[in-house]
Amino acid sequence: MIATQLPALQIVIPLLAAPLIVLARRSEMAWVIAVIANILCVLVAWQLFGLVSEQGIIRYSLGGWAAPTGIEYFVDTINAPLLLLISSVSAIVVVYAYHSVKKSVDSTKHYLFYAAWMLCLSGLLGMLITGDAFNVFVFLEISSLSTYMLIAFGNDRRALTASFRYLVLGSIGASFILIGIGFLYAATGSLNMLDLSQRIPNAASERAVLVAFSFISIGLMIKSAIFPLHAWLANAYHFAPISVTAFLAGTATKVSLYVLLRFLFSVFGTQYNFEYLLFNVILLPAAIFGFLIMSVVAVFQTDLRRMLAYSSVAQIGYIVAGISLATQAGITAGYAHIINHALIKSALFMSVGCIIYRLGHAHRPSLDNLIKTMPLTCAAFIISGLSLIGVPLTGGFVSKFTLISASMEKGWWIMGGLVLVSSVLAIIYIGRVVDVMLFRKQRLPNPIPQGRNEAPLSMLVPMYVLIGLSLYLGVFGSKTLGVASEAATQLLGGFR
Amino acid sequence: MNSILGLYNYWIVIILMMAGLYILIARYNLIKKIIGLSVFQTSIFYLYITMGKVEGGTAPILLDDPASYSNPVPHVLILTAIVVGVATTAVALALIVRIYERYDTIEEDEIKAIEMQEEGS
Repeated sequence: MIATQLPALQIVIPLLAAPLIVLARRSEMAWVIAVIANILCVLVAWQLFGLVSEQGIIRYSLGGWAAPTGIEYFVDTINAPLLLLISSVSAIVVVYAYHSVKKSVDSTKHYLFYAAWMLCLSGLLGMLITGDAFNVFVFLEISSLSTYMLIAFGNDRRALTASFRYLVLGSIGASFILIGIGFLYAATGSLNMLDLSQRIPNAASERAVLVAFSFISIGLMIKSAIFPLHAWLANAYHFAPISVTAFLAGTATKVSLYVLLRFLFSVFGTQYNFEYLLFNVILLPAAIFGFLIMSVVAVFQTDLRRMLAYSSVAQIGYIVAGISLATQAGITAGYAHIINHALIKSALFMSVGCIIYRLGHAHRPSLDNLIKTMPLTCAAFIISGLSLIGVPLTGGFVSKFTLISASMEKGWWIMGGLVLVSSVLAIIYIGRVVDVMLFRKQRLPNPIPQGRNEAPLSMLVPMYVLIGLSLYLGVFGSKTLGVASEAATQLLGGFR
Repeated sequence: MNSILGLYNYWIVIILMMAGLYILIARYNLIKKIIGLSVFQTSIFYLYITMGKVEGGTAPILLDDPASYSNPVPHVLILTAIVVGVATTAVALALIVRIYERYDTIEEDEIKAIEMQEEGS
């Protein structure tokens, strides 16, 4: 009985948790409800993941209205792993958030903070699970509006302007998606993705489809912060509360990338000429310039949060590079990097969060010899940093290796080389931090209190759980790649 | 001629859309930016409504078999989008209030100057 309702439960649980948290008011209660709801989400996603790998696609008609008319939830091998990924990252970070939020957010507003978090999670999961084009827009706005709120919780007053800037750009992006969906509806008379994919080849006007395609692609490129449309990201990640940054870095942009994949491959299909134009003329250069320029910019940042934010844009470049190859191997690499990068970047931001928890800032030049006072935090930063660079036995290696071999396979040697160049840049920006942490003698007069001063266990344990997951997927890389290549097969094959 | 006069409703959509985007980009005052954003979003509502309109069509309510009727789906969709638009405007205005409390100004260039000064020091 309950098993048939799983796709709806995935969204309903966090959506119901939000008003419950507001009713509970007390900050401890709010946190407990958020954690319980989030763990339930992970269990549901785990069940769905198992069901999909056993019996294939699950289609769920909301309210009993059958597919093309009603709204449909659609779980297949493309979104089931991401449902599991997003809900797990959120669950781990929300456990971690307790102490960090207690310290940085006004205690009368904690319940609002966790309520916004749950709304954001349900929006993100909704974007993943829905099979209805207009529903994507609605869930996108649910997650975006709560994200603006979460970012504005930051202590620095610049968090407000960062949130406002993201609101303006995000609304333009969402409006573009809305225009695109409107044109799709005008051309085909349907909103269901599966139905759309069958109707688009026979659409009355190819120009309307082209316009829809352009608007949706640009809107999603803004939301997923693909270079050069990443302007909102750096300030938002820098000034948001660090637990929010850890959450968003692993989830928000990844979900938008998934929707982009879904529209490009499943809905529009690869038979269009303009799609190749998008891949080769727009997405590929954007990806390559993205990971090169943003890595260089990251090298010159002195604040760790800002450095990691720019590095995020660079890593999104790798994912997009994989996607724009539009081959089985390329999409496998891009998809695997969505999973690996979500785990790595969240863990990195969490370790920076531990530093901020103790020192109140994350300014690189004053982290001299931090390993003496916070050895576990520094170790976490170094391990995830190595994974970001792509050292063997880590998650980052698996997806980067696949990406390079995929570009070789297509004969794009230069791109493979440029990925290596950008990896060297990653060694430089991670290395500068590690160098300061490990080897510098204290230059400033006693800026860091002496003696062991580690972050609380409730922050360290979730962080190491996430690092453990990312290392596990590095050592057993074939698991990620298996899931990713199945997803790629299905993306290239269209809805079947 | 027909493509201009016959499709005048789409031209209105385009003019409104461009006007909204222009206000959003060209004005420094945050409130005016939000006005631009609202105009921009409203133009999309018009796009959807005008798309569903059939000349001489009626509303398909309480009629057994209307000869021709306007498509009700875009209207329903746009009801949702209007709610989203109102929510966006509300969040934006709340943010502007907070920005005014912390910066004492809602002019973007002045805010930028203050932020530059802070980063310099």
